Amino acid sequence: MVDAASNKPARAAAEFAPVRQTAAAPSAASPYRLATGGIVDRSAPLLFSFDGRNYGGLRGDTLASALLANGVRLVGRSFKYHRPRGILAAGSEEPNALVELREGARREPNTRATVAELYEGLAAVSQNRWPSLWFDCMAVNSLFSPIIGAGFYYKTFMWPASFWEKLYEPMIRRAAGLGRAAGMPDPDTYEKAFAHCDVLVIGSGPAGLMAALAAGRAGARVILCDEDFEFGGRLLAECRDIDGRPCAQWAGSLLAELASLPEVRMLKRTTVFGAYDHGVYAAIERVADHLATPSPHMPRQRVWNIVAKRTVLAAGAIERPLVFGNNDRPGVMLGGAVRAYLNRFAVKPGTRAVVFANNDDAVATLLDLAAAGISVQACVDPRGADAGVVRAAAQRIGTRFVNGAVVRARGGHRLRAVDVSAVAEPWHKLTFPCDLLAMSGGWSPSVHLSSHLGGRPQWSDALAAFVPGPLPRGMSVAGAAAGEFGLAACLAGGAKAGAEAAGDCGFAAKPVAMPGIGPEPIGIAALWRVRAKRGKAFVDFQNDVTVSDIELAEREGFRAVEHLKRYTTLGMATDQGKTANVNGLAIMAELTEKTIPATGATRFRPPYTPVAIGALAGHHRRKDFKPTRLTPGHAWAQEQGAVFMETGLWLRAQYFPQPGDNSWLDACNREVTATRNAVGVCDVSTLGKIDLQGTDAGLFLDRLYANAMSSLPVGRARYGLMLREDGFVLDDGTVSRLAEDHFFVTTTTANAARVMQHMDFCHQVLWPDLDVQFVSVSDQWAQYSLAGPKAREVLQKLVDGQHDISNTAFPYMAAGEVTVGGGVPARLFRISFSGELAYEISVPARFGDAVIRAVVAAGAPLGIRPYGLEALSVMRIEKGHVGGAEINGQTTARDLGLERMVSSKKDFIGRVMAGRPALLAPDRPAFVGFKSVGDGAIGAGAHFLPVGAEPSARNDEGHVTSVAYSPTLGHLVGLGLLKGGSKRLGEKMRAYDPLRGRDTLIEVCSPVFYDPEGARLRA
Amino acid sequence: MRIPCPYCGERGNAEYAYLGDAGVSRPQTPLGAALEGATLDAWMNYVYLRDNPAGAHRELWYHASGCRAWLIVTRNVSTHEILNVEAANGAIRDGRVGAL
Repeated sequence: MVDAASNKPARAAAEFAPVRQTAAAPSAASPYRLATGGIVDRSAPLLFSFDGRNYGGLRGDTLASALLANGVRLVGRSFKYHRPRGILAAGSEEPNALVELREGARREPNTRATVAELYEGLAAVSQNRWPSLWFDCMAVNSLFSPIIGAGFYYKTFMWPASFWEKLYEPMIRRAAGLGRAAGMPDPDTYEKAFAHCDVLVIGSGPAGLMAALAAGRAGARVILCDEDFEFGGRLLAECRDIDGRPCAQWAGSLLAELASLPEVRMLKRTTVFGAYDHGVYAAIERVADHLATPSPHMPRQRVWNIVAKRTVLAAGAIERPLVFGNNDRPGVMLGGAVRAYLNRFAVKPGTRAVVFANNDDAVATLLDLAAAGISVQACVDPRGADAGVVRAAAQRIGTRFVNGAVVRARGGHRLRAVDVSAVAEPWHKLTFPCDLLAMSGGWSPSVHLSSHLGGRPQWSDALAAFVPGPLPRGMSVAGAAAGEFGLAACLAGGAKAGAEAAGDCGFAAKPVAMPGIGPEPIGIAALWRVRAKRGKAFVDFQNDVTVSDIELAEREGFRAVEHLKRYTTLGMATDQGKTANVNGLAIMAELTEKTIPATGATRFRPPYTPVAIGALAGHHRRKDFKPTRLTPGHAWAQEQGAVFMETGLWLRAQYFPQPGDNSWLDACNREVTATRNAVGVCDVSTLGKIDLQGTDAGLFLDRLYANAMSSLPVGRARYGLMLREDGFVLDDGTVSRLAEDHFFVTTTTANAARVMQHMDFCHQVLWPDLDVQFVSVSDQWAQYSLAGPKAREVLQKLVDGQHDISNTAFPYMAAGEVTVGGGVPARLFRISFSGELAYEISVPARFGDAVIRAVVAAGAPLGIRPYGLEALSVMRIEKGHVGGAEINGQTTARDLGLERMVSSKKDFIGRVMAGRPALLAPDRPAFVGFKSVGDGAIGAGAHFLPVGAEPSARNDEGHVTSVAYSPTLGHLVGLGLLKGGSKRLGEKMRAYDPLRGRDTLIEVCSPVFYDPEGARLRA
Repeated sequence: MRIPCPYCGERGNAEYAYLGDAGVSRPQTPLGAALEGATLDAWMNYVYLRDNPAGAHRELWYHASGCRAWLIVTRNVSTHEILNVEAANGAIRDGRVGAL
């Protein structure tokens, strides 16, 4: 058995030697473990390690209770001053006992030992100490505390500015950081789930259980969530009788009934961490956090999105520490936590105790300590006559009652004694030796979720606490969370809230009998700080914020509550000030001589407790971040060895490498040359495809596109340009008329969804009277582009004989329905992006794979080659077609040299605003081509500068949008947007690219490098 | 937020795309009219200017991951309370709201 206190000196030295594992499995029989009671399983011992030493615990323990059972009190070092810290609380509000849990890729920093469920083999280490927890070099920070108070960073690390990133920030991070992240990919999986219910009950203490029971019995669909790994809340931690039975037992029978109700779903280990509009709640379920590793196919955690018609918030209350000198010494603990360790975990958190409280909660603590055989040295209460019940309880267990306050805790790594100042004799300090101080500053209702939507909590003088203010619609609050302190009030409040919630959902309440409970005092007199203090008096334990820091903030004018928070860091970090906020606020109120309501309260925002980013991401990681769309010809392209690239959600063939290629450029050049000289085929299925029908379809398209579409004859295709209402180009594509009232349009791959939404808007909002219907058929049709002088020859082998596709019968820009391969329906479009004789053939998706194979088989004797996006892009640059780099949201039709397409005879989206004077200015950057004059490299993004001009924004005349090596012409060809545009043909400019360190001479030319007459398209 | 779609029922806001104020009207401008004065003001107003009122607001939402309907949602932007939802095409065609 290891007692951390008894071998302290030896350990301090031993930590420098290699860690020695305790060989024998420690037994669970410890002087700190009570022989009976609690809800731990004494027949299920568990082995775990902390800082490399092995310990024994029991199933049902948390890491904190197991450490206490082994006499371990020192578990961490504080954030800034590296003060020794122990365990303060027994729940998720714990500010001190943060550890690194697990090892390797699963290591997770800042885990609260008080909520880490013990499992066999659990490994934890303390954090924020070097070289060891017992001997921490950074504890020297405490000596400098006068100069590293609040605002220290802001005042000190100011000069020179360049030092901040390089020196100050890394230095501060190392000195003051908390735990270390794993730094490796998380091996576990996380998932998201959705649930709907009538009544969501948050918290399963006395109020929550009664609410769930009342709603469940009425027949409502209930979801009951609790952050703990056991349902019952404080019923597990208190030693009370309900209906003549111990309260934990009574809770057990309620839980059994709830489990038997078919419409009640019970989620333990599930924290509801956020409240959102319209009854939406987010919860995190720790599915496998209590296992060493999740079982196969088991997620580690699951984020729930719960939609509830009604919600009962029964989250209980959080106890406040008292603020006195050295109140952070290991062994100073919240009274409610002391009772939880005694009653639930059967652990003695100390051997000699002092109780210090400003409220009647001390009664239960006194009685439970005495019942556990812990000698209580003194009971200290600042209240006089009002402390009658506490005085009586102290008398009952034979403990001295002192009307006064603890002014200072003594001890270092563990509490040794407390100094008490009595009201009667303030000049005379009383010292009580002890290793446990159970303190209570009163309870703060857990109002967090009630205020996530903006409702400000309201101050209650009677309770000395904030209670929920205006509530989100559909939420009611019950029990301690509502300020209903006392067991009877919790049970009654919960039952009432549950029945009302079910009633609101249309379920008639069935009677729920109120159990018999003895009376319980809940008196309190606020004590925000002990003034006659010595030593640091901590308000926020996690952030090392002391009373002096709040005084400093007040002196320096940071009095508003939001300023106080930012200046001192009060209420920040993982616990978000659950134990600190009210004390800090009240001390500021005292200093400024204002009331607490007038001082205000910081707003609570989700999440209630920390949630891992990985859990929020769920399955949306890496390749699964977005869905992947594959074309019907994908398998074929894969067989050809295609290298794929992502374009939006799609995977498209980038190029088809062959043995002997030095780079992608070899493949690209080969594909361009084959297409220009013989024939190439490219999968263009990713284009957005929309099928429009109706008597007004032509008119509708007239209004959508800048050029006329209603004049398009049946059986013809036309290039179309679509503007936004502000006059800039939105998208381009082709429009084909298949019948008088039937059109087929394509959009670019990138804009498919956007154009669809735009068309829906125009139809439903702008012109709902037009007779037109349309639907996206992008996934329904596979489409291939056949390009090159031999394209027709290939196609003639595929298209069924009755269809004449000769140049006369099916000329450039023809469109029509044909059949291929003996009756497969297909659509044929004689359109060209490459500048060659070209067709796009579209077949139902299920034939996509067969058709691409048939095309390649038919074209093999003619030297057909598949080509990818690289070759496609090179050919469109050679031909001077605009693409995504030119249609960049900042260019007009005029900028792109397409003004002749813009109709002046009809109304269309963008018509009026495209005529704004600034968009017609002659010096706007406009579309040009360029060739390199030197032999330097040029990349897209390079700026056009006059030769000899100083590189500056003032001299900037535009930029390179697209550039490629043309294997057809044997030199670089480029496109760009240049002030003055086509008026500057022949001028020499610089393509200046400081990012890549390039500066190349270019000559402006026409953007159409290849076949400017367009003879090849019409061949 | 939960928005009740008249066609699909109540759905989470992740299914919807937001556009903005449903109260702006697309100006009717004859072909060849000069873009100046009141005409220019009307277009600038339609394309760029939006009021940002507290309280009830009629706005356009698109059920992008659902039925593709454009909806006119009346929402209190201070409380997110949804006061009314109707299909835009029906409301506009019936003249219950002005054409945009």
